Amino acid sequence: MSAAERSSLLDAPTIARALERMAREIVELAGGTDRLILIGIQRRGVELADRIGALIRRSRGADVPRGALDITLYRDDLNEIGPRPVIGETRLPRDLDGKFVIIVDDVLFTGRTVRAALDQMADFGRPARIALAVLIDRGGRELPVQADIVGQRVPARPGDRVDVLLQEVDGRDAVELVRSGAP
Amino acid sequence: MSAPLGKDLVGLEHLSADQIRLILDTAEPFKEVSERAIKKVPTLRGKTIVNLFFESSTRTRISFEFAEKRLSADTVNIGATGSSVQKGETLVDTARNLEAMRIDMVVMRHPSSGAARFLAERIASNVINAGDGTHEHPTQGLLDLLTIRDAKGTIAGTRVCICGDILHSRVARSNIWGLLKLGAEVAVCGPQSLLPRAIDELGVTVFRRIEEAIQWADVLNVLRLQLERMNAGFIPSLREYYRVFGVTVERLERAPRELLILHPGPMNRGVEIDSQVADGSHSVILQQVTNGVAVRMAVLYLLAGGRPELAEAAKGGGVE
Amino acid sequence: MKPLLLRGGRVIDPSRDLDETADLLIQDGQVAAVGRGLALPDGGEAVDATGLVVAPGLVDVHAHLREPGQEDRETIASGAAAAAAGGFTAVCAMPNTDPPIDNQSAVGFVVKQGAAAAGARVYPIGAVSLGQKGEQLAEFGELVGAGAVAVSDDGRPVASGHLMRTALEYALTFGIPVADHCEEPSLAAGGVMHEGLVATRLGLKGIPAAAEEIMVARDILLAGHTGGHVHLCHMSTRGSVELIRRAKDRHLPVTAEACPHHFALTHEACEGYNTNAKMNPPLREREDVEAIRAGLKDGTIDAIATDHAPHHYDAKEREFDDAPFGIVGLETALGLGLTVLVEGGVLTLPQLIARMSTVPARTFRLAGGSLAPGRPADVLVFDPRVTWTVDPRRFRSKSRNTPFAGWELKGRVVRTIVGGRTVYREDG
Repeated sequence: MSAAERSSLLDAPTIARALERMAREIVELAGGTDRLILIGIQRRGVELADRIGALIRRSRGADVPRGALDITLYRDDLNEIGPRPVIGETRLPRDLDGKFVIIVDDVLFTGRTVRAALDQMADFGRPARIALAVLIDRGGRELPVQADIVGQRVPARPGDRVDVLLQEVDGRDAVELVRSGAP
Repeated sequence: MSAPLGKDLVGLEHLSADQIRLILDTAEPFKEVSERAIKKVPTLRGKTIVNLFFESSTRTRISFEFAEKRLSADTVNIGATGSSVQKGETLVDTARNLEAMRIDMVVMRHPSSGAARFLAERIASNVINAGDGTHEHPTQGLLDLLTIRDAKGTIAGTRVCICGDILHSRVARSNIWGLLKLGAEVAVCGPQSLLPRAIDELGVTVFRRIEEAIQWADVLNVLRLQLERMNAGFIPSLREYYRVFGVTVERLERAPRELLILHPGPMNRGVEIDSQVADGSHSVILQQVTNGVAVRMAVLYLLAGGRPELAEAAKGGGVE
Repeated sequence: MKPLLLRGGRVIDPSRDLDETADLLIQDGQVAAVGRGLALPDGGEAVDATGLVVAPGLVDVHAHLREPGQEDRETIASGAAAAAAGGFTAVCAMPNTDPPIDNQSAVGFVVKQGAAAAGARVYPIGAVSLGQKGEQLAEFGELVGAGAVAVSDDGRPVASGHLMRTALEYALTFGIPVADHCEEPSLAAGGVMHEGLVATRLGLKGIPAAAEEIMVARDILLAGHTGGHVHLCHMSTRGSVELIRRAKDRHLPVTAEACPHHFALTHEACEGYNTNAKMNPPLREREDVEAIRAGLKDGTIDAIATDHAPHHYDAKEREFDDAPFGIVGLETALGLGLTVLVEGGVLTLPQLIARMSTVPARTFRLAGGSLAPGRPADVLVFDPRVTWTVDPRRFRSKSRNTPFAGWELKGRVVRTIVGGRTVYREDG
């Protein structure tokens, strides 16, 4: 197998600027911070939601409630892939009814993760509105899912991997494209 | 990672420490599921699970049923009475019939040691041992480990003494395996007539008096003493057992440190354990029950799914 | 019957301390001559036995042939054929059939079936007690008159000390041994394997060594007290061997046998709940196996017997607790003796032949175990150099319950001759 090719798509400053813009757009979409809740999808969506929350606190002085979702138990590919042993924490604010929920994830690809997240949220309550904010949209949808707020669009081929690395998890901020070695 | 536990959970004796830790770690998020208003995740939706109980058991079967239903599986209960088992159908035939109905998983409790392995070797479905004779009761062992870990923070280095009829106890054996593999110091305590031959060769300290065990231990796992043992002449009477071996308030007051108290249930209050101890502040008996559902959900989850051919390979010799 | 000349084999006859390359001539159903350069009589058949061993046919004093009553597992015919294939020219059939062999008609039936089988000779063993219930003595005189060579309640112990004592005394009248299955019932009850570390790990109820030793001690004392001949069946523990050794030091009328599985396997064979390792007495610990081997070497244990116990596949294909005790053994005994004891340096080849032929015949006062001229021509020819793999599907026995499937054994039967007639010949 030929070696994979790794190239940088976004550097740390670009990511920071994208997140600032996303934070502004989120507040605008939600018409303010009153009913806003940010829920990150494990793993890195949680860290992104935390950063966006911090940005909103700095710019608006408001502490937006945060939550985390691990969708492992709602996946639709248990039979093919088998159980994923490490399941992250799921914690949601108690009262979701009537709220404006923004689901935050690092990469939007097939849309199956988002579908699982929507199923899982339905077991917890009934927000007035759920919107999706992603740092990277790489196309390749398999389900009719769209992001309402996008940091950056990145065209990627089916065999490629788009890796989002974050300081809190990986020690640095970067978005990288990994092309599977092809002649 | 597919089939991290292999095809079946027959016992803890042949699991690695990593596999045991995996189950305990996986149980944590399942605890959270049981705290929700909607106590259900769709993970095993469409899977058929048969609870095949050749011995009557309310608590274990109900715990498994909750676990299965909270994972959205379809469950069927087959009890020993009123089924073809009573009409003399062999275990082999029962197994084949279940397989012909394309059951995904079988949770079995059986009075013969080795029955779970016997079934697992003969059907392609996942087999979970809910207690086979006096051999093992792995999910009980696992939930005991989880409960101790929750309370103490770690298993390694913890001193756990299992008290009671060790000879006839599958819970004791599973506990011994799990605790030793995770680095605990393990002891057993009971009258010699209720201790198995060569038990010390498993790496276990033997105490003949409960007072000695209480001086030594951080945790006591108190086993239920069954009436049949008295009738079969292993001990003279339940009253004497209580007087000599009972985990009583007075004995615990003389303990050098705060002892954690576990009991697999159902309890014989006033035989192996005092009510005040069972209901007291050091008892984690109810947490055991809560953890039981979470651990069983974790086990079902870790056994399910994966490609069938991987399940076959795992049957041959474990994972990687 | 044509005369048969076995040429140039290694003739081993423990009854005469013979071990040399020689010819053996069989005529009119008897051993006619043993020596060098024997002439082939007219019309006789010569067989080249170069490289082969020519020995007295093996004698098994303990086998279960299951007929009458359990013919699905074995019949006297299939058992006699299995014995012949294993190199045995005589096999003693235990009486725990259904109905048990506790009367002269039953003995006569076994004799008749044995004769018709035309394999190894079949000698009936009669029951000690009526129905083997352990209550009332069977009519030893009638049993012996009809052909029984010993009495036993094997399958069960003679639990009552009084009954055992009476049996030993009464048997003196007829000069037969009382063969006892030594098991103290209350200690062994419910046990399914040896009580030890493996049983503890598997969660199975154990049979302690003491259960056997208590009855061995009792039987030795009663033999001493009455002067009756007690034969101790299937010894399995080091304690038993020690007790027998001391009894023999005092010249008490005690003989003993051990089975190949008790010198070849330990209780570890039960791992994985292998029902083909379930037998009674059970497989024991390494030290017990060593003691059995030492006992065979120094003569404390007189004979190797098989305790051939056929069971149907369905019976063994179940949970360990529920599976019946016992394994087949007629077709693996010689191979195990050669591989484990001779190759293993415990016995010489003549010593092994003695333990499997000459001594058992003498112990039960049977013809056989000797190649002296004038004796019946019960002869075993085997190739000690061949290695073969145990394949239960090729057994002549009706049953396949053996823990030795797949074992590579040294030594293969080439020809078994009973009364001058070839009853088994190795297929090409």
